Parts: sequence; structure tokens; C-alpha cells
Amino acid sequence: MSGLFAGVSTRGRVLFAAFLAFLIVAPLFLNDYWLAIIIIVCYLGYTGQSWNLMLGFAGLLSIGHALFIGVGAYTGAALFVHFGVPPALGIFAAILVAVVAGSIIGALGFRFEIRGVYFALLTIAFAEFVRIMVDHSRWLGGTAGLFLPVQNREGIDLLNLRGSPLMFYYIILFLNFGALALCRWLLAGRLGYYWQAIRDDHDAAQALGINVFRYKMIAVMISSAMAGVAGVFYAFYYNNLFPEQIFSVEQSVQVTFAPIVGGVGTLFGPILGAFILMPLGRVLSTLTEHWNLPGIQLLFWGICVAGIVLFRPAGIWPWMARTLRLTVRPGKDE
Amino acid sequence: MPLDTYINVLINGVLTGLVYGLSALGLSVIFGVIRIVNFAHGEMMVIGMFLALVLFRWFGFDPLLSIPVAAVVLFGVGYALQAVVIARVAHLADHMQFLLLAAIAIIIVSACLMIFGPDAQSAQTDYSLDTFAIGDIIIDKVRVYAGIAALAVTGALLMFFRYTATGKAIRACADNYLGALVVGLNVGRLYALTFGIGAACLGAAGCIILLLVDVHPYLAPSYTLLAFVIVIVGGMGSLAGALLGGVLIGASEALAGVLLDPSLKTAFSFALLIVVLLVRPQGLLGKALQ
Repeated sequence: MSGLFAGVSTRGRVLFAAFLAFLIVAPLFLNDYWLAIIIIVCYLGYTGQSWNLMLGFAGLLSIGHALFIGVGAYTGAALFVHFGVPPALGIFAAILVAVVAGSIIGALGFRFEIRGVYFALLTIAFAEFVRIMVDHSRWLGGTAGLFLPVQNREGIDLLNLRGSPLMFYYIILFLNFGALALCRWLLAGRLGYYWQAIRDDHDAAQALGINVFRYKMIAVMISSAMAGVAGVFYAFYYNNLFPEQIFSVEQSVQVTFAPIVGGVGTLFGPILGAFILMPLGRVLSTLTEHWNLPGIQLLFWGICVAGIVLFRPAGIWPWMARTLRLTVRPGKDE
Repeated sequence: MPLDTYINVLINGVLTGLVYGLSALGLSVIFGVIRIVNFAHGEMMVIGMFLALVLFRWFGFDPLLSIPVAAVVLFGVGYALQAVVIARVAHLADHMQFLLLAAIAIIIVSACLMIFGPDAQSAQTDYSLDTFAIGDIIIDKVRVYAGIAALAVTGALLMFFRYTATGKAIRACADNYLGALVVGLNVGRLYALTFGIGAACLGAAGCIILLLVDVHPYLAPSYTLLAFVIVIVGGMGSLAGALLGGVLIGASEALAGVLLDPSLKTAFSFALLIVVLLVRPQGLLGKALQ
């Protein structure tokens, strides 16, 4: 456990514990509206963490994360709707399908040495292709959408993911911080160092004898597995799935917002970014409700992301950690 | 189905493809010189479409007459974007530039949504429903005009790159960045000019395509993707490749629309994109990547 907090100052640990404790007790005093917002915040933080694992750690730009989320969502939902398989089991199938999708893209892309922006275009092309295929699948509801039967919304039924918003809140909170711990652990290990070596200099890493194909594949597989889990959450939280929503490029681009604002390649960045963007965007939409401006939240997010890339490309987290002295420099004791 | 149906569909597809080609040219010019993938491509084209729509609604301008206006406005937008915004991130990694343009794309779509609303709007000219008939072959008048206009703009652009000093200077930057600096070219200004020219293509293409398609903000991402497909199939940075790719995609989409389910036609394009990315990432007419 202490390894997970290596490099974090005492002040950082105390603040982190306070933040986590606040989120755990938050439902006691938050109304349903804000609870729903924090659920989306955690969802964005979690999917952002999954995206960040590829770009921030292994240097692989994905603009197709909607694909992994979407196939996870559709697998979990279709198994539940058609065969009554509870999501507690269906999630394994969803992870499997998402990982297979990631592996296909990764294997083709890395085998043919497609790098950088070209790799991003490959991920977009696959996501769009699958979107159109699902559009035409009657079994998956096609363009009309796939709807999950809504029942015992009020009870707590963890196996079937049919419960109150409170249950979804704790699930996504757990996923969010679980992903943080997982990434922290991965990054501190051999795998994390290999990834960073590949990210910083692909050819040098290869020359040093790192099997770049294998480690890039592992990054894509872990990232797509995490996204597949997010998809199952999405399906059972919203109870409806539309291909042009969940597989859209816009969705893939939105996944990138929280980590960019928080800091690409930082661990706490995705969570921080989500906590900045989502509540501010929601407050802004509420304030401008009077004028009925449908795109205002996305406009604001776009401006935030563009501003961060232009003026603070490392993101907010590194600056915040330094200013608030949340971290200790490597090799220095407190 | 009789043969002349196919010929009809093919000709109309090729004419539409010429407009696609002009739009893709905008993407290709920018990538070929500045090495930036303009993720806000379709969004800038939609700005051109809305501009033509407004001119049509307010002053009754034919969309084809709006081409110079939209080209000049979009040139200004592109020039400013490169000179003020993108030049600032030139030192960052490729993916950060890509993500910046993705954010700009989202800003443009949201702004269009707030100004014009989500509904599809069209500019109906008095020749919108007319056709030319050559024997059994029937061709939509608008598509003929659109194809000619696209060819004219494309021709003007190719002449510019071939014969003017500025055009040559821009090609010099693309061929050898360091060499261009050494001989004293103002690369920063030429880059801004290039982005402006690429954006002007989109303005023109937007006006032309308004003859064929109703405009709404969510059209933008699909045009971005379409241009990616065309440019990658034709070869990133190759001007002739963009045109060829445009015609190929236009024709194959039109044919796929008849032979298969019409809504499957884009799936075909993306499958083509995946294959080309894997087998020949430099595209059909592109030079091999280093």
C-alpha cells in the first residue's frame, strides 16, 4: 500500500484522503441532481484514465475509444436483453469483446508500423466502421436503439445492475479510484518503464531490446478492457444505447478532454480534469438556460481544452501538485 | 438494373466526387506543407456552407456566386488560425496539435449549433430540380455546375502552385523546410498562407456542396472523416491524389448506394481506408513515408 503513495508528500496524502472521504460521504448531503453530475464526472475520469494509459504512458493516440466503450456497452446490454445474462457475468464477455477489438486494431496497426496521427486515424476508421455495422444490426436494435428493461429501480441489486442512482454512484467511484490505483501500480512496475521508454523514443526502446510490439499490445488491451467496463456501466446506467451516440467521433474526442485538461501522462490528471470540466460546464448551461443555447457546454469544454494545449500543455495537475506541494521530488525525503 | 442506370449513377457520383476532391485538396495542401492533420476540416467546410446559406437567404446570392466571398473569409480564418494559434504549438508533439484541432472542431460545431440550430436547411435555386438529358442518360444540372466549379477552383489552385513565385515558395517549404529557411523564405508567413489557401478551398467546396446537400452543424464530422478517407486513399500531401481519391470515393459511394443499402456506403469507404492504411499508408499517389 505504501508503494502506491510513494512520492506523495504528507500534505498530498492527507488531502487525497480528505477528498476520497468527502466523495464517500457526499451522497448524504448532495441532492439527486449533483449526485448525477458527480456520477458523470467519475465516468469521465474513469474513461479518461483508460485513454490516458494509451497516450500518456505508451504514446499511442486513440481517437477511437468510443469503439471500446461501445462494444462493451452493446455486449453487456445484448446479453442481458436477449439471454437474461446478468451484467455481473456479462461484464466478462464485454471485457473480452473490447479487448478483442483493441487487439485487432493494435495487431494490425503495430504489425504494419502505423504510428502517431495515422494510428489515430486507424482507430477512428474502425470505430466508424463498427458504428455503421451496429446501425444495420437488427439484433442490436439498429438506429432505433437498444433499450434495457427498467425494473426494480429502487432496490439495490448489484448482480443485475438494476438499482438506485446511489448504487451507480458507488460503483463508478470505486471504478474511478480502482483505475487510479491500477495505473499507479502498473506505472511503477517494469511494464510502466517499458511503456514510458517506448513513448519517449520508440526506436531507442526497440534498440535496447524492448519488445515494443508486445508492450504496445498490452497497453491497448488493458486500456480497451477498462473502456469495455465503462461501456457496461454506461449501458446499465442510461438504459438505452444508440450507435450514433455511443460510437460517435464526438464521444471519442470527449473522452480525451478530462485527461488533457488535467494533464496527459499524469495519474491524477483525468480525475482532476473531469472535476473541473463537468461541474463548470453544467453551471454554465444552467446560467444560460434562459437563452436556450444547446451547444454551450461543449463550446466551453472545447475552449478549455484549446486553452490548455496552447498555454499549459502539460495540464493543470503538474502545476497544482507543485504549487500545493502535493508531491515530493524523486530522491528527496520530506 | 439496366446499364444506363449505372452510367447515370456513375456520372453523378464522379461529379460529386470532384467536389469531394476539392475539399480533400484543402486537407492535403495543409498536411503536405505544414505537416498538420486538420481535424477541423469538415467544420471549416460547414462554415463555408452556412456563409453561402446566409448570403442566399439575405441577398438571394446563388451559392456558386458566393464562392469568392466564402473563399476570402475562410482564407482569413485559416491564416489567422495558423499565424496566431497553431504556430504557438509547433514545438509540441503531433498528437497535441491534433487534439488542439479536435477541440477547435468542437468549438466550431457548438458555435454553429448555437447560431443556426440543429435543423437541416437548404438553398433551393431555380435550377435545383432541372436535369440535362443526353439520350437515355440524365444528369442533374446542379451536379454538372458543382463539378465544373470544383474543377475550376482546383485548376486555379494547381496553376497557383505551379506558376506563381509564392506557390513555388510554398512548395519549397514542403520539400525542404531547412533549405527554405536557409534561402531566406519567411516560412511562418508561408505556413499561414498555406493554411489560408487550404481553408479557402474548404470555403469554396462548402458553397458548391450546398447545391447538393442540406446544411446542419452535425454534417461537419462526417465531412472531416470523408476527407481523411479521400486523402489517405489518394496519398497524404499529394494534390493529384486528393482529386483522384475524391472521384474514386464519389463514384464508389454512388455505386455502393445502388448496389447495396444506401446507408452502408460509408462503411465501404471506411473499410477502404483501413485497407489502404495497412497496405499502402502513403496512399495511391503518395511518396513512400520515411
